[in-house]
Amino acid sequence: MKYLLMIYLNDETWAGLSAAERDAVMAGHEELQRITRESGELLDTNALGGPSTTSVVRVLDGEPVVTDGPFLEAKEYLAGYYLMDCESRERALELAAMIPDSRHGATEVWPVMVSSGVDL
Amino acid sequence: MSGEVEGLLRELAPQVLAALTRRHGQFDACEDAVQEALLAASQQWPVEGVPDNPRAWLLTVGSRRLADAWRSESARRRREESVFAAEVDDAEVPARDDTLTLLFLCCHPALTPASQVALTVRAVGGLTTAQVARAFLVPEATMAQRISRAKQKIKKAGAQFSMPPEGERDERLRAVLHVLYLIFNEGYTATAGDQLLQGELTGEAIRLTRAVRALLPEDGEVAGLLALMLLTESRRAARSRPDGSLVPLAEQDRSSWDTVAIAEGVKLVSDALSTSRLGPFQLQAAIAAVHAEAQSSEQTDWAEIAGLYALLAQMAPNPMVTLNHAVAVAMVRGPQAGLAMLAELDGDERVSEHHRVAAVRAHLLEMAGDAAGARESYLAAARLTLSMPEQRYLLAKADRLS
Repeated sequence: MKYLLMIYLNDETWAGLSAAERDAVMAGHEELQRITRESGELLDTNALGGPSTTSVVRVLDGEPVVTDGPFLEAKEYLAGYYLMDCESRERALELAAMIPDSRHGATEVWPVMVSSGVDL
Repeated sequence: MSGEVEGLLRELAPQVLAALTRRHGQFDACEDAVQEALLAASQQWPVEGVPDNPRAWLLTVGSRRLADAWRSESARRRREESVFAAEVDDAEVPARDDTLTLLFLCCHPALTPASQVALTVRAVGGLTTAQVARAFLVPEATMAQRISRAKQKIKKAGAQFSMPPEGERDERLRAVLHVLYLIFNEGYTATAGDQLLQGELTGEAIRLTRAVRALLPEDGEVAGLLALMLLTESRRAARSRPDGSLVPLAEQDRSSWDTVAIAEGVKLVSDALSTSRLGPFQLQAAIAAVHAEAQSSEQTDWAEIAGLYALLAQMAPNPMVTLNHAVAVAMVRGPQAGLAMLAELDGDERVSEHHRVAAVRAHLLEMAGDAAGARESYLAAARLTLSMPEQRYLLAKADRLS
């Protein structure tokens, strides 16, 4: 079962961290990636650029309209993600708790839909 | 690669792996070596032709790869020189037990089901890592890691390449059958994506189960599982439309069911039921057989199905059985009787949030003429499901009721 773990942060919290705390976050990601790569659970992960680098595209009357900034206006923004393939929802939650940013912000855990179905 | 070469490689893979492992121990290293030998064969044989003794060819190449791996791994190992001085002889080994022994090893209880499945299709099924990865829709590197970790775990657990002790055998065989069933389901539940590869998984599961059946012809559950797979697979062509949307059993074009597979499945399960100890796979196959033998949806013998589910509920109770039982009961005694059975699941944490409960409730409410309630339940099920074709189906049902 695949899960998308989405990391939400806000700039103030991130800027408020000490250098040592930021290093610990980086080290925590490396450790998590090592563990989940070894376990065969990690499918993909990336950090994302900040909100000021983000754009929203809408197509209105067939014309694309681009606005700057994220879709949801909030202090918290999507800072990065992990795509994991794990045994259970419980395991996905456990992995989310291992994301170091979960200590400073929050991580959303979304199951990924599949294009298959059982007999009806 | 031609189908013929591929079929031959799949057939030989477990034999070669077993021969190498018996000779050298180190299942993990041997499994890698065989995988490399299979890859080499898949590249060379279609061009250069299949060697006279393909099995000996694979054994020789596998042994060399194993020696290479050991040499490069550490120079301090001296023994390989003597070990590999002689070619591996291709004495007739009892291939009979080998496949079973390998299956027991790959379905070792130290492994998670996902790892058991991955390792089984690679080591026993002879699929390449790339094929396994594509079939399970994960990157190849992830699958390679999963398989290598599974092998490490087996090693750590101290498992040997030998049959489990008599006392454990029955339980271990149940685990093997469960893994074969998981492999089948992985292939069968796919309606979109790479259909060819998914079909490959169901075919692989059937092939492996046939192999187990050949080894254990007296086991009713092995026969039951094979029958269940054949009867389920017989509906493949009818169960989804070209656009990937699902066709419910009641609406399927029965003329496109595979009658050969049905005949084989029905015979298997009938024989098993009359000669062996009853088990859950036989019961599920018997239920599938009742569906398969109905000329039309209306002619389905629901009373028979309800009776079989009642037996199954006694033997292997679980919420999904209750759910299916409720549908059958509704078909026999009316929707209210089915809904009453569903109520038993209300407090069950395992399924209270499961979309199938909502979907069945919707279906029964629709049967009962409660359009508004049915619509609400279809929408609830659509919100809960993680399957896109199912969601599409459920939303369409809700639409029709508005």
